[in-house]
Amino acid sequence: MAKKKSSCVRYTKWGYIFLIPFFLVYILFSLIPLVSTIYNSFFENYRAAGGLLQVGPNFVGIDNYIKLFKEYDILMYTTNTIVIWLLGFIPQIIISITLAAWFTDLRLKLKAKSFFKTVIYMPGLIMASAFAMLFFSIFSDAGPINDILLSLNILDEPFRFLSSIAGTRGLIALMNFLMWFGNTTIILMAGIMSIDISLFEAAEVDGARSFQIFRKITIPQLRPILVYVLITSLIGGLQMFDVPQVLTNGKGLPNNSSMTLIMFLNKHLYSYNYGMGGALSVVLFVLTFGLSLLVYFAFVKKKD
Amino acid sequence: MKKKLLSLIFVMVMIASLLAACGKADDETAADDKNTADEGKVLNIWCWNDEFQSRVKDFYPGYEHNDSTGEGKIGDITVKWVITPNENNAYQNALDAALLDQKNKAADDNVDIFLIEADYALKYTDSDYTMDVKKVGLTDADMSEQYQYTKDIVTANGKIKGSTWQATPGLFVYRRSIANEVLGTDDPAEVQKKLADWNKFNAVAADMKASGYTMLAGYDDSYRTFSNNVSGPWVQGGKVVVDDNIMRWVDQTKEFTDKGYNKKTTLWAPEWAAEQGPEGTTFGFFYSTWGINFTLLDNSLADAKAAKEVGNGIYGDWAVCQGPESYYWGGTWICAATGTDNVSAIKDIMLKLTCDKAIMKKITEVTQDYTNHKAAMNELANSDFQSDFLGGQNHIALFAEAAPKIDMSNISPYDQGCNEEFQGAFKDYFDGNVSKEEALQNFYTNIKVKYPELTTN
Repeated sequence: MAKKKSSCVRYTKWGYIFLIPFFLVYILFSLIPLVSTIYNSFFENYRAAGGLLQVGPNFVGIDNYIKLFKEYDILMYTTNTIVIWLLGFIPQIIISITLAAWFTDLRLKLKAKSFFKTVIYMPGLIMASAFAMLFFSIFSDAGPINDILLSLNILDEPFRFLSSIAGTRGLIALMNFLMWFGNTTIILMAGIMSIDISLFEAAEVDGARSFQIFRKITIPQLRPILVYVLITSLIGGLQMFDVPQVLTNGKGLPNNSSMTLIMFLNKHLYSYNYGMGGALSVVLFVLTFGLSLLVYFAFVKKKD
Repeated sequence: MKKKLLSLIFVMVMIASLLAACGKADDETAADDKNTADEGKVLNIWCWNDEFQSRVKDFYPGYEHNDSTGEGKIGDITVKWVITPNENNAYQNALDAALLDQKNKAADDNVDIFLIEADYALKYTDSDYTMDVKKVGLTDADMSEQYQYTKDIVTANGKIKGSTWQATPGLFVYRRSIANEVLGTDDPAEVQKKLADWNKFNAVAADMKASGYTMLAGYDDSYRTFSNNVSGPWVQGGKVVVDDNIMRWVDQTKEFTDKGYNKKTTLWAPEWAAEQGPEGTTFGFFYSTWGINFTLLDNSLADAKAAKEVGNGIYGDWAVCQGPESYYWGGTWICAATGTDNVSAIKDIMLKLTCDKAIMKKITEVTQDYTNHKAAMNELANSDFQSDFLGGQNHIALFAEAAPKIDMSNISPYDQGCNEEFQGAFKDYFDGNVSKEEALQNFYTNIKVKYPELTTN
């Protein structure tokens, strides 16, 4: 009897022991950096004269935050990021949910489903920077896209995509859309397939049309998955970096309109500006946290 | 019991693998510390491309290069090349880290020689990381034939902190065929008369447009001719000052763009390079020494792999003239790093490659690069030296005239960042996306991110 009890306790112990690696990794690579980022954000700490003269660290309170909002116009970079994210996300969610509904619809009997699933997932496998490099070449002023448009007489002179605000933002959004809609489709399909099939059958017996089934059964049942997709995409969108960085060569032109928050953060690397980088990271953290909470409560609470 | 043992092993393996990375790094640094060989047997040279390496290979007497290791030998000294390409400031980042760590390293791992470019020369020459060349062993007499501006750029508090084998005066390079068609002559002296000042230059630009050509290829082409002739440095008393002459570049470029006198390209873009090739319809480019014989020459060929001779693309269809204003562009200086243990080797390299008349004349004859020795260059200028690429013109004569006119008293350690950010911000203005004031404001914002210690208007 006593032996049994002790073995039970031991098993619990092993559970904790197996959790140790996770917590170690978390503390080392997440918690300590998080705390030190917040700590650093209150100091003036950078290298002047292009990198040879160390300034600080001097405690400056919330000066970095004030500077961030007053001088550096962080709100503009936030707007850029969110606009570009929305431009990519809205078509992405619409296409993904449509595709997911079609792929899982038993009555449609689509052929070569797994082939198409593979194809739409493919763009996500390309490295983002390579993808951006490719777009940079094919949409350049004398690139193939302009050549085609000119030879088809659609345009009279080359359209300079990367010199126009809509062109640049549009290209970034298009790339993000292409890279992520496959992934989203797969997740939504998994969500739809986990819905009780008898619900669909019952609706069909009652004579519901397929759009009605989609609207009244699929969407409401899918809500938790949708919230998950929305939040992960939001976090990913706020951290958008590689595509615009490579496409605009780190400049965020035209008129800083494609400069995302993380690209702006990256610019502080030039002067090794730990203070400002920390402050910006904290702002980004608060922003992500706040928006995620907002999305979560807006979508989950309604259900109750 | 077996299960427990197994799980214990798993946990151990997991933790071990976690710490493996750190452990390995420690071992490596430990190994480095032990590596303290005899003093002065290794010469570490830091640079961003193989230009200097090929100069040393081809012209420094007694240097033997080992192609398999990439290292060289001068007598019993091993020469190690640390080449970091300049993309995204990578060279300076690596160099800064190495210099800041100079005191903690073994003598043979120290930076001994590093190369710098004009745009950021002051960043290093103003600091204590560069040695006075007089302390290295060069005398005023040794350097007397160097162009004054090449010494001015690297002078800090009266001390010359570097030495260069090249002078980089800039000229205006134009297409002979287009000049013949539009201006009625391709003779450099006649063309120069028509381009002698900016008003005449603008008038020719209008003629080019009327004949279906563009005067310049893009926005940044004439930038250096304005930015080299400013009345004060970019940064004065910690404040960024935009000089009137630079605003004149803005106005000229905007006018050229709106009137269709350029093709809206940017420096180094593929479209810009294509304008220098057989398909190009651009009249000319502002280029300095290296740009003509390397960049422009390669861009002008129809077949890059075929022989570089007349008949390949527009090789031979170019000529040079002084253009509206004298300027320079680029240049590479050799600096001795403080804390080096190879002073005598550095002295000899500097003497042979940057002060020796015979060697420097030979560099020009072989590579067509313009070297930093007045007497040698004047000899070539007055000889029958000619460039097939420039249709038989002796361009050295023009360089020799332009080089002494260069005035570089107005440079600052921030030139590289300011030039890049300014050109970037005003691209938006030329593209019509923002107003002039907005572009200026964007420039101010960006420059403060790059250099947090500066203030702006």
